Amino acid sequence: MKKDYMRGFVCSFCLLFSVHALADTIYVTIEKDNALAVMDGETGELLKTVPVGQRPRGIALNKDQTLLYVAASDDDTIQIIDVASLKVVGDLPSGEDPETFSLHPNGKWLYVSNEDDNLVTVIDVDTKKVVKRIPVGVEPEGVAASSDGKWVVNTSETTNMAHWIDPESQTIKANTLVDPRPRAAAFSQDSKNLFITSEIGGSLSRLDVASKEIKDKAYFKIPGVAKELVQPVGVLVHPNGKLVFVALGPANRVAVVDAATMEVKKYLLVGQRVWNLAFSPDLSRLYTTNGVSNDISIIDVKSLKVKKSIRVGRYPWGLAVKP
Amino acid sequence: MKSRHASIALNGIIKRELWRFLRQRERFVAALVRPLVWLFVFAAGFRSTLGIAIIPPYETYILYEVYIAVGLIGMIQLFNGMQSSLSMVYDREMGSMKTLLISPLPRWFLLTGKLMAGAFVSIMQVYTFLLVAWFYDIQAPWLGYLTLLPALILVGLMLGALGMLLSSFIKQLENFAGIMNFVIFPMFFMSTALYPLWKIKESSELLHTLASYNPFSQAVELLRFALYGQFNAYAFVYTLVSFAIFMGVAIWGYNPSKGMMVKKGGGPP
Repeated sequence: MKKDYMRGFVCSFCLLFSVHALADTIYVTIEKDNALAVMDGETGELLKTVPVGQRPRGIALNKDQTLLYVAASDDDTIQIIDVASLKVVGDLPSGEDPETFSLHPNGKWLYVSNEDDNLVTVIDVDTKKVVKRIPVGVEPEGVAASSDGKWVVNTSETTNMAHWIDPESQTIKANTLVDPRPRAAAFSQDSKNLFITSEIGGSLSRLDVASKEIKDKAYFKIPGVAKELVQPVGVLVHPNGKLVFVALGPANRVAVVDAATMEVKKYLLVGQRVWNLAFSPDLSRLYTTNGVSNDISIIDVKSLKVKKSIRVGRYPWGLAVKP
Repeated sequence: MKSRHASIALNGIIKRELWRFLRQRERFVAALVRPLVWLFVFAAGFRSTLGIAIIPPYETYILYEVYIAVGLIGMIQLFNGMQSSLSMVYDREMGSMKTLLISPLPRWFLLTGKLMAGAFVSIMQVYTFLLVAWFYDIQAPWLGYLTLLPALILVGLMLGALGMLLSSFIKQLENFAGIMNFVIFPMFFMSTALYPLWKIKESSELLHTLASYNPFSQAVELLRFALYGQFNAYAFVYTLVSFAIFMGVAIWGYNPSKGMMVKKGGGPP
């Protein structure tokens, strides 16, 4: 009998810790505070804020999730931050004014857009050296790598193009004209579709990766919100391939789009100037950074409802989530 | 007062009120249409009015219709409270109130029974309204619909007592419309039903003070927190005390030897 009690106690103890281990941690770059915020994904509690370089924006975890790459735009570098100690342990030669970047699935190459130089810089994160500088269109912005590793796409805001970079040769193999001011790009999990948001065009385009052509578009119309405020920026494709989430900037909404029909299913009210998006590792939650209202919103993916908005610091920009 | 007598009387009062309510279908429809018009028409024009502040019990940004929905629950109960007091004036004119009050049961019990019947009717209206609102994507947590019930009972009683208090001061049915306008509209508009206190403060300090002391504001806040599974102790105490005061004065008002019935010539000969 006593043994059973003990077993029960030990099991409860293990369960307590295993539940705790399931909680995820969100890392948010705070553009105006020159800081990195660490938050609990489940409760939204702000755990810690640590100083980083000037004007931190783009953020990503390395492949084994031990390091964070943070674009310190005004320091013209990408800082390497140790996840355990939250200390800067190195830098990557990003070129001038790095903003967004994407890590290739091989975990080795980091593709950085240099807006002022019209370049995409490819960095080897192991050697911390530039592999190549690829000339692209005017004002390169969004960067995305397909999960099969075959393509990296960069969008150029002024040229209004998606540039298809072949990682093997590190050269542009194709260009696709898209709607005005393309901001962000995201591949579907199966690497068959690419989604691109256009800030001025007010649209989301679905491109077929095989033909590199636009197959469909979604436009956004929110009752009571002026058309010019609807500016699609961040985009995220659910790994099930059925839903696409689009941050609509000053419209303060996240649009939920059916990936197959490209119809908008729902608009979710979040904070002001919603910018970037990220899923929790178990895909139950979607996090958004809301630049002007200085908070992040937590969306329940199953019910498509916004659960919480939590203040985090001045101008939260990008986010990365670690299990 | 024997408990059997009491239950028979209570049963009779509630049944009568329910029967009256069920027979007057247009009353039910009107009670439902009023808040729905506010929700679909009025609130639609102010979708993004509330700006950037997140106020408890909400944990994130909400559309105006989500905010106003609770105010409209309050509106349903406010109108219902007034409606049942209107029926009391009618009952008095018709003589059925006298029949009720001369029964051997205590006055407070009879009047509370009438109030409970009125509150019960308003609760049915509220849940019907919430069902319609659910399909309009105004959805609270499931538990909230349960925790709302005790708040609805208290608010229903409080507003019913207010109506009863007013009805004790009114001599004729015709006078009631004026009182309705002087009570319902100021109470509703000078409350947190339509706008949160911080928004009212932006436009007028005086309005803000009036709204924060308005018992209807506290009733609405009690309902608002309850719908989201939270308890607002201040609003609860405020509503409870308001109920006690309104009820006490109403019972006094309906006393044939002391209250307003004497002054209006409605007392015993």
